[in-house]
Amino acid sequence: MDWFLQQLINGLALGAIYALIALGYTMVYGVLRFINFAHSDVLMLGAFAAFYITPKVAPSLGSQSLMTALVVIVFSAVICAIIGMTIEFLAYRPLRKRPRLTVLITAIGVSLFIEFAGQHEKIFGAATKPFPKLLPKTDFNWGELHFSSNDLVVLVLTALLLAAMWFIVQRTKIGMAMRAVSYNEQAAALMGVNVNAVISFTFALGSALAAIAGIFYAMRAPGIEPLMGVQPGLRAFIAAVLGGIGNLPGAALGGIVLGLLETFFGGMPGLSNYRDAIAFAILILILLFRPAGLLGKQQTEKV
Amino acid sequence: MPGKEKWFLLLAIAAAVALSMISGAFNRYYLGIVIDVGINIILAVSLNLINGHTGQFSLGHAGFMAVGGYLAAKVTLVWGASVPPAAQPFLFLAALLIGGLVAAVAGLAVGVPSLRLRGDYLAIVTLGFGEIIRVVFQTSEFFGAATGLTGIAKLTTFGWAWALAAVTVYVVATIVNSTYGRGFIAVHDDEIAASAMGINPVRYKVTAFVIGAFFAGIAGGLYAHHKLVLKPDGFDFVKSIEIVVMVILGGMGRTVGVILAAIILTILPELLRGVAEYRMIIYSLLIILLMLTRPQGLFTFGKKGAA
Amino acid sequence: MSALLECDKVTIKFGGLTAVSEFDLKIGDCELIGLIGPNGAGKTTAFNLITGVYQPTSGCITFRGQPTAGVKPHSLSLCGISRTFQNIRLFASMSVFDNVRTAMQGNRAQRVSEALFRGKAFRESEARIQHEAMELLKIFGLEGFCESNGKSLPYGDQRRLEIVRALATKPKLLLLDEPAAGMNPTEKQDLMKLIRFVKDKFQISVLLVEHDMKVVMGICERINVLDYGKKIAEGTPEEIRANPKVIAAYLGQDFDDA
Repeated sequence: MDWFLQQLINGLALGAIYALIALGYTMVYGVLRFINFAHSDVLMLGAFAAFYITPKVAPSLGSQSLMTALVVIVFSAVICAIIGMTIEFLAYRPLRKRPRLTVLITAIGVSLFIEFAGQHEKIFGAATKPFPKLLPKTDFNWGELHFSSNDLVVLVLTALLLAAMWFIVQRTKIGMAMRAVSYNEQAAALMGVNVNAVISFTFALGSALAAIAGIFYAMRAPGIEPLMGVQPGLRAFIAAVLGGIGNLPGAALGGIVLGLLETFFGGMPGLSNYRDAIAFAILILILLFRPAGLLGKQQTEKV
Repeated sequence: MPGKEKWFLLLAIAAAVALSMISGAFNRYYLGIVIDVGINIILAVSLNLINGHTGQFSLGHAGFMAVGGYLAAKVTLVWGASVPPAAQPFLFLAALLIGGLVAAVAGLAVGVPSLRLRGDYLAIVTLGFGEIIRVVFQTSEFFGAATGLTGIAKLTTFGWAWALAAVTVYVVATIVNSTYGRGFIAVHDDEIAASAMGINPVRYKVTAFVIGAFFAGIAGGLYAHHKLVLKPDGFDFVKSIEIVVMVILGGMGRTVGVILAAIILTILPELLRGVAEYRMIIYSLLIILLMLTRPQGLFTFGKKGAA
Repeated sequence: MSALLECDKVTIKFGGLTAVSEFDLKIGDCELIGLIGPNGAGKTTAFNLITGVYQPTSGCITFRGQPTAGVKPHSLSLCGISRTFQNIRLFASMSVFDNVRTAMQGNRAQRVSEALFRGKAFRESEARIQHEAMELLKIFGLEGFCESNGKSLPYGDQRRLEIVRALATKPKLLLLDEPAAGMNPTEKQDLMKLIRFVKDKFQISVLLVEHDMKVVMGICERINVLDYGKKIAEGTPEEIRANPKVIAAYLGQDFDDA
């Protein structure tokens, strides 16, 4: 029972991170109908942004304080939002009218570019760097259970962010515009929606979330390196598909479910080597048997 | 001249074998690159059948290559010693064929479930399968796990690589250029119309995967006996993308273009050796640039689908 | 005489929407039948049901005495049902000649091995296909375009090409989905002659969906009328013209200029 609860807590914390990243995938798929392969690299850029900003901020605001953490998170999120919008503007917008596969390959190209450029010594270098401690870490013990304050912070902040996302999408004008574009871009344009601005905004939001997720992920990881986004990005993508790609609550749900699944299976002896394969197997099974995901709608093709 | 394609094939094989016999006179290094080109032609042309002609976006071709490579290497490693030197070429051919056939089975396993998926989803699923195959080899002790297989015999010569490249081109081009083969392109152009005209899209898609995988497996076997070491990392997603870029650069469906693209993209990294540290950065920028400016490929002359 | 095609109380539901309800249809050999109705009445859905693209939720379709339930579209095509599409679906990357030749799959079953070995059998089957395809194109006056890309043809010729392609499968029943769409009056006259010619020369039955009343009334032997997925009338052109239900369904649309 204790093992179960422990895995539950770990799984939720991990799932929260996946949920944040998955939201970005799903939002972009909703408005542009393509899978932004470069999303996982924005995550990495967020972590690296935090890595470079923290030493600049910490002296004035105190290292390991809530204030520092918030400032670093906000700055990194903003930087990545700008990066995300820039990528969209330069690499995806010119291809708006092209077949989706062309954009997919471009996204792969962007992703590889960021990864390989990041590995170059003049940029980040391939070696793993230790991530600075943003918050004072206290370990709580409750009977046999053990969790850290970091996990708590992640869970609370993620819940707040998810609530904020829900509010933006459901209750604001721009959110309505996002939903309109995701249903029918042409009709939305005819209704006076500035489609370009909405898409930029979507990328900004998604990238900001990815950056924050990247920081959370880095807090739990031994360190950061240019390829760190690949694995969590992949899992989050699977989570988005699991929940129903294009469906926001689905992305959050998918993230949590996948985080739990991964923690439970990863905890079992003998299976940890196969973690990658299991993740992919889940993806393939979903796409084969229920491509609309848990919360998505089944689509029939009109002849 | 009727049946001229067959004569071209025989001529090409004869030329490959002849050149191979005097290849000892060539510079080792350049010879190695030329063999790489031959192998990449097989990979690109086989993927072209799936992606270009039939329009099924497969991002897992490296997985089939891995299957062929590992199987072929295992065969020669296990039986190489017990076979007399005179029979070595036959053992090699057998190893390659076994690799190709098992890869074809993998192609069937990937093709059948992937059938109902379109576009992005198909790409992701094939990517997933490619990665699963890689992980399987990475965790399998029989195949050397993460360290892979070493000490593979250097059996791939210029003759083998280029003769098999000629065979691959012949098979794919002659199939596609027949009335039967037009079915592949019909499936690519409009699956629903193709169905209404009596073409079974499922059968064609699976056939494309199986044939494509078979030749990728052969290429893998040649690769294994050329590089002499096989590691699972060498067959990752990036490798699949490299082959996909060859197909796109060559014009997705234009056999001649794809061959040229394979040649260029194999030689280019060698030319960039001087700036090796920027190689992959340049390569990824190339992909982006290509998609932004000329996604239909560089070589858009000639009839689509023709050899 | 047993019917070539028989639809018996065919119904299809998409979720909550009943697109076609209790549809009955009988087509015999060598008949020219029309299917009309306002937009959204379910005509193309009926076509899709007959060609196997959709499976009926209830009811039964038989073709040449065999039930078509569960049979895939390509198999039905090989049995003898062919069609054209509302939005022309030519094979965009192929030439005119190849568009026709691709449709000749079932009738000579060329094998992969034949294609590979390029032996006598292959050459013979290719020659035969070439001959048949060219003959077909000649009949419709398209042989001059045979090397051009299908999509580069003028619109009217594209429609004719689609019909040629459908005929290349040697069907017993040809379904034409709004073939007159986008044509001017002269072209429509030619189309009417063409459809009658096709029926007589190839001895096949034709089921025609059309909005243009002149075309439908001009060539169809019998007409079925659909409205909101239900058949509301069936009869000769004169009977349909005078049928009050049909007139009501079209809500005052003048029959003379559809």
